[in-house]
Amino acid sequence: MKLIKKTALGAILSIGMFSTAYAAECIAPANPGGGWDFTCRQIGKIMYDIKAVDKPIQVTNMAGAGGGLAYSTVVNERNNDEDLIIAASSATTTRLAQNAYGGATADQVRFVGAIGADPGVIVVAADSELQNLTDLVDAIKANPGSVAFAGGSAVGGFDHLKPLMILQRAGFTDITKVKYIGVDGGADAITQTIGGFTQAMTGDMSEIVGFLKSGDIRVLAVLTEDRVPGFEDIPTAKEQGFDVVAVNWRGLYIPKGVSDEVFNTWADRLAKVAASDEWKQAMVDNGLAPFTKVGGDFQSYVDGLVAEVRQLSKDIGVIQ
Amino acid sequence: METLTNLALGFSVALTPFTLMLAIIGCFLGTIIGALPGLGPSNGVAILIPITFTLGLDATSALVLMTSVYYGAMYGGRISSILLNIPGDEPALMTTLDGYPMAKQGKASDALVLSGVASFVGAFLATIGLIILAPLLARVAYLFGPAEYFALYLLAFCTLGGMASNNQAKSAIAACLGLGIAMIGLDNTSGMPRFTYGNLHLMDGVDFLVAIVGLFAIAEVFFFIESHGKNTALGVRLEKVTIPFKMIMDSFWTMIRSTIIGFFAGVLPGAGASLGSFMAYMAQKAIAKDPETYGKGNPRGVAAPEAGNNAAAGGALVPMLTLGVPGSGTTAVLLALLMTLNITPGPTLFADRPEVVWGLIASLLISNVVLLIMNVPLVKIFVYVLQVPPWVLLPGVTMISFVGIYSLSGSYFDLLLMVGFGVLGYFLRKLDIPTVPVILGILLGNQMEDSLRRAMVLSDGDWAFLFSTPIAIGLWIAAIGGFIAPMFLRKVLKKPQAITD
Repeated sequence: MKLIKKTALGAILSIGMFSTAYAAECIAPANPGGGWDFTCRQIGKIMYDIKAVDKPIQVTNMAGAGGGLAYSTVVNERNNDEDLIIAASSATTTRLAQNAYGGATADQVRFVGAIGADPGVIVVAADSELQNLTDLVDAIKANPGSVAFAGGSAVGGFDHLKPLMILQRAGFTDITKVKYIGVDGGADAITQTIGGFTQAMTGDMSEIVGFLKSGDIRVLAVLTEDRVPGFEDIPTAKEQGFDVVAVNWRGLYIPKGVSDEVFNTWADRLAKVAASDEWKQAMVDNGLAPFTKVGGDFQSYVDGLVAEVRQLSKDIGVIQ
Repeated sequence: METLTNLALGFSVALTPFTLMLAIIGCFLGTIIGALPGLGPSNGVAILIPITFTLGLDATSALVLMTSVYYGAMYGGRISSILLNIPGDEPALMTTLDGYPMAKQGKASDALVLSGVASFVGAFLATIGLIILAPLLARVAYLFGPAEYFALYLLAFCTLGGMASNNQAKSAIAACLGLGIAMIGLDNTSGMPRFTYGNLHLMDGVDFLVAIVGLFAIAEVFFFIESHGKNTALGVRLEKVTIPFKMIMDSFWTMIRSTIIGFFAGVLPGAGASLGSFMAYMAQKAIAKDPETYGKGNPRGVAAPEAGNNAAAGGALVPMLTLGVPGSGTTAVLLALLMTLNITPGPTLFADRPEVVWGLIASLLISNVVLLIMNVPLVKIFVYVLQVPPWVLLPGVTMISFVGIYSLSGSYFDLLLMVGFGVLGYFLRKLDIPTVPVILGILLGNQMEDSLRRAMVLSDGDWAFLFSTPIAIGLWIAAIGGFIAPMFLRKVLKKPQAITD
């Protein structure tokens, strides 16, 4: 028992000691493994490697309420912390727009910037009859129940909204009839689609890369302005006549109570990461497309996004 | 032949003095992490991920360290199950049923050695299965849709009736309690929060680790206080540590059967190690000639869940590597590690990065052997734990529980919840209601509900969809059979006796 206790104590102490050596902290509002965790670890590591910060950035995982726990902790308890950054993505703004963070609003923090985006994709199994986005939209117009979507987010989440945005642009208004099931992550959604339980999968580019190489799936459309580098043979929704851009951007927010000076410091650091070769390599490795919006520019982008998602969520009845 | 060449490649990557040292360190840390209540394999691996970055390990070394921690935790979970009646992690839950009674009968070291060997058999054969069957089994995931998953979870619940209680109704009450707790949190199908009362901490539902530590460890503390340290469940008799060869040989087929069940439970994404150990135990009890001895210290009741959960740990790697779909909480963390190392698991991983896959497999085999060697002699050390007086041991367990649970989300709310579960566990035990079905309800209830809801969305609410494929029908028949059979068999068999602890 002494041995166990000593070792346990040693393990706990050594974990404790690691934390004292850090300067700034990055909160990943989820367990290790998701996009937020990736954002914190990669951005934190590169910031230190390129000497944008002088000490390594400590990553804290604070899972809970789909990011809501971290959000309310920052707003209520650490509103003036200058050495704190928090990983964010489209999921953050989607949930803020849907009032899923217990009454918190997007203006309670400052969005520093996004430096990469996981492009939205609509995918079918390789043996599907649907050849392009028009086929898919026509099939749904003819019979809304004939195409069920699987995605990695819960109902009303960003994966759910992507096909609905396309259908709205196509003039299909009865969007509550569209079937969607939320499963545990993008890979699971693809599995269900290849297995034939759902007819299409809605998700992010990074989730489908492995399956794309194996030839099990066909990508109907990528939801970006232009075709994604490295995936030039995948058509955009825009060129197929559906003007929808839906990307899962990866970025950061910081507490509201810090000075403009601190805000600009973090924005500069983030811009340096965006320009670094290390980040460009990390984006290629993880299926991210370039998407750099930093500083005040980004804040207005976020405000627009929140408004759009709020309207769409009202239309499908996720919020009143 | 190709497999052997690949395996040789794997060993050439994984078998250097440095990685061997990492494997030994990982196995040791993993065993301790598994044994500590509240620290399960998934948070153990998660806590150690930053350390691999700090040490600047390359992909293979990081994988060796993490998989040995993973397997080590699967081994370690049994130790506190057997010695303290507190499961070290959720897959070790079933091991308490027979392991702890064995310890009380003075056979603690036998139970530990036997379960160590069972763990080895389960993990070793599952790794072999992973090598041979991975590409084939990848397709199995495509056959399981919402209807099939629902029937699978139903099967698990239908066998609950035969659980460790002389009173079926009490098992049912406990399972319903667990199901009710599972309903707390965000509803996946509507996106609406349920029973959260505006509390953000409840949005993700109740973590089953909080429930396990509360129901088992904290409840134990309350009993200890009530009895002023007398009549405590702790403090069992000790006898000489020997290797129980006869017991191991007697349980051989049990281990093989449990390994097969556990492996397939692990292969199915989402089912995981807990389902593996549960199904292995129930299957073993169902076919046993002497089911009434289960729950009272039957060695086979220790061997079955341990072989089952370790085999499931290996099986869970199949969908993770071939599809990128994690089959359990820990593989989700390992998946995260792979992604951070710029390795994207998926159908092409075996072809694209053979050195990673085979290095991983080789390191699994290495850590398995290390764990067996480490666990049999180390049993002595673990058994000494029992000689520590309860008034020293119990505060230690309490402290570790609090630290472990706090590390989950870093919020005091989980600690309050854990104490709440402790109070619940105290009353349940006073009422002689078993706590294991509560945990299973929490663990499987969510997934069962989600599967049903997804099936209903896909079929427009048509219930016939649930019986629409041969796999689903087969599982339904097994579920109904598992539910009804004990009712008729009970007349034939002797009435099981009460389990008081």
